[in-house]
Amino acid sequence: MSQITLTGVGKSFGAVQVLRNIDLDIKDGEFAVFVGPSGCGKSTLLRLIAGLDTPTLGDIRIDNADVTRTPAADRGLAMVFQSYALYPHMSVKQNLAFGLENSRMPKAEIEERITEAARMLEIGPYLDRRPGQLSGGQRQRVAIGRAIVRNPVAFLLDEPLSNLDAELRVSMRAELAALHKRLKTTMIYVTHDQIEAMTLADRIVVLRDGRIEQVGAPLELYNKPANRFVAGFIGAPNMNFLPAKVEEPGGEGFFADVLGESRQAVRANAAAVRADQPITLGIRPQHLRLARENEDGVEVEVNLVEALGSETVVHTTAGNGDPVLAVLQGQRPFNAGDRITLGLDPENLHAFDETGLRLQGN
Amino acid sequence: MTRVMTFLTRRRGGKGWHWTDIVTWVWLIGGLVIMFGPAVWLVGSSFKTPAGLAEFPPTILPYATEEVTVEGYDEPLPLFEVTLEDGSTAILAEARRIGLVAQMIDPNDPGEPVPVNINDRSPVRELSFEIDNYTEPFVHFDFLQYLYNSVFVTVMATIITLVVNSMAAFALSKYKFTGRNLVMFLILATLMVPLSVILVPLYSVVSALGLFNSLWGVILPTVATPTGVFLLRQYMLTIPDELIDAARMDKASEWQIYWRIILPLTAPALAVLAIFSVVWRWNDFLWPLIVLSRKELYTLQVGLNVYAGELNVQWHFILAMTVVTMIPVVLVFVFLQRFITTGIAGAGLK
Repeated sequence: MSQITLTGVGKSFGAVQVLRNIDLDIKDGEFAVFVGPSGCGKSTLLRLIAGLDTPTLGDIRIDNADVTRTPAADRGLAMVFQSYALYPHMSVKQNLAFGLENSRMPKAEIEERITEAARMLEIGPYLDRRPGQLSGGQRQRVAIGRAIVRNPVAFLLDEPLSNLDAELRVSMRAELAALHKRLKTTMIYVTHDQIEAMTLADRIVVLRDGRIEQVGAPLELYNKPANRFVAGFIGAPNMNFLPAKVEEPGGEGFFADVLGESRQAVRANAAAVRADQPITLGIRPQHLRLARENEDGVEVEVNLVEALGSETVVHTTAGNGDPVLAVLQGQRPFNAGDRITLGLDPENLHAFDETGLRLQGN
Repeated sequence: MTRVMTFLTRRRGGKGWHWTDIVTWVWLIGGLVIMFGPAVWLVGSSFKTPAGLAEFPPTILPYATEEVTVEGYDEPLPLFEVTLEDGSTAILAEARRIGLVAQMIDPNDPGEPVPVNINDRSPVRELSFEIDNYTEPFVHFDFLQYLYNSVFVTVMATIITLVVNSMAAFALSKYKFTGRNLVMFLILATLMVPLSVILVPLYSVVSALGLFNSLWGVILPTVATPTGVFLLRQYMLTIPDELIDAARMDKASEWQIYWRIILPLTAPALAVLAIFSVVWRWNDFLWPLIVLSRKELYTLQVGLNVYAGELNVQWHFILAMTVVTMIPVVLVFVFLQRFITTGIAGAGLK
């Protein structure tokens, strides 16, 4: 059991408020990912949970025990750092043993745990080497091993893959996912890479400017982003946003005027909007398609065509000058300067009000 | 060997000699002579007799006039190469000398002495090492006692300096507290105060603490050095804070963080400070001279002073003992310097 609950947590460094009013409940065995742009406070939040910093407001509970003022060592958590933070003067084995020796564990048990972790992570052959003699991927495994041997109630991982090259990152990502399946321990993972978040998480916590923007399963965030920020942050390539205006109720919601040139049906609660209310419509590049004959679409000018074979990425500019990116299936014979009309399907449209919140019923 | 030669004969001007090559060589050789010359002279002269030391012009190597024992004379007689009146040269021993004329005899055939003008002869000289300069003080001078005192002061002071300074540096580099910069500033400010300014108050303090005439009175006032704190702090600032965070997560106490993480990683800087401290304490003269007034407590540097009397300075002993006192410092430097350049293996951080 290791449920981590944060209530009204805030953190300020001097006059700078880094985190405000964070309420979060991480369930036992869950893989939670904190994601957000740099400086959003996600690493600070992790350090608060770890006990390396103390919150200025609110409290943190692990399994219902208040640990807000408990020192890091006594929280039973283990952390993997972005720089790995392996002790450079100790061998891999000593690195793994350091935490266990400090908790006065018998030698035989230390040995046993190290052997087990080394087997699991395949670092057995390097146990006598120094961290400086290991490659990036090996160091990463050792860093994870140092966390595993502690047998912690939860793992905290602070951008653990950001120092690896792209190929290694993909394979380590898969290993981490497998590790979580096997250990079934709560993991909190901080990253700015939304692909890592999407692939690893049971639940994603999107942060911005020290606030939680949305908490949810990866696909929930992808399909129903709660606001414009989450919509733009989750999913690659980024969602396109088009300014629109509410016209009149109808269809499954209301009709909207997009860029003053096209009429689109939007699925939403028509009662929650008023006529002429400015809204923003979002659509993912993959959901854009070429408009059919006589269909009302958005006319755009092609700037750049990237033919990838199976799909064609088209960079375009809408009538109001905003960039629109479309990922079209198959190969398309476009050239820069061509004018094309893109069709929007109501089921793929995300509608946000002027404050950026998702419209009711959308 | 060929690589060494290529390195040594490498010139900026390609084939010819560029003027900077000449300046470089002059500069380097001149520097070598200026820096190393006195040390060579010191070692060479430490083997000279008092008479050899008084000679002008001075020589680097110790030469002495050869002597022989001649039948009929109790003392060994000095040998000279003499140009005789008939123009031939011979090796003769000097029996006695009166004014400008010396009475010389043939050591192999000691018959009637031959009078020779002293301008017509030159001494036969050979390399001769006056080992007595070294052995004599060991017997008559309390060298071993002084050596023990010096070693005790140096080792203790260095150990305490390393521990105290590294603790201060650890706190000043890794903990955030109000007044941290002020404390650092104050420590550095003490660099500006020379020993001679605080000599009298320091003496009062040491005396009041009952440390007068005690080796601890020499050791304790010297252990907190601003240079050491500054040096170690600057080095510790380069140790990533994440390592300390990791150690905290690993249940390490603050003492363990200091002792098992920070200290081993600061080893190169500690070695530098250790060298400094050993050299400082070993060569210290003024402060031990003030604190120690009993002969059996003297350190080597103070002890050497006994050869410099008011009327008579026994240079041959001073030079010999100076060489002996230099040896440990040179050894420390040679060994720890290698340690510094090797550094410690690898960094666990990116």
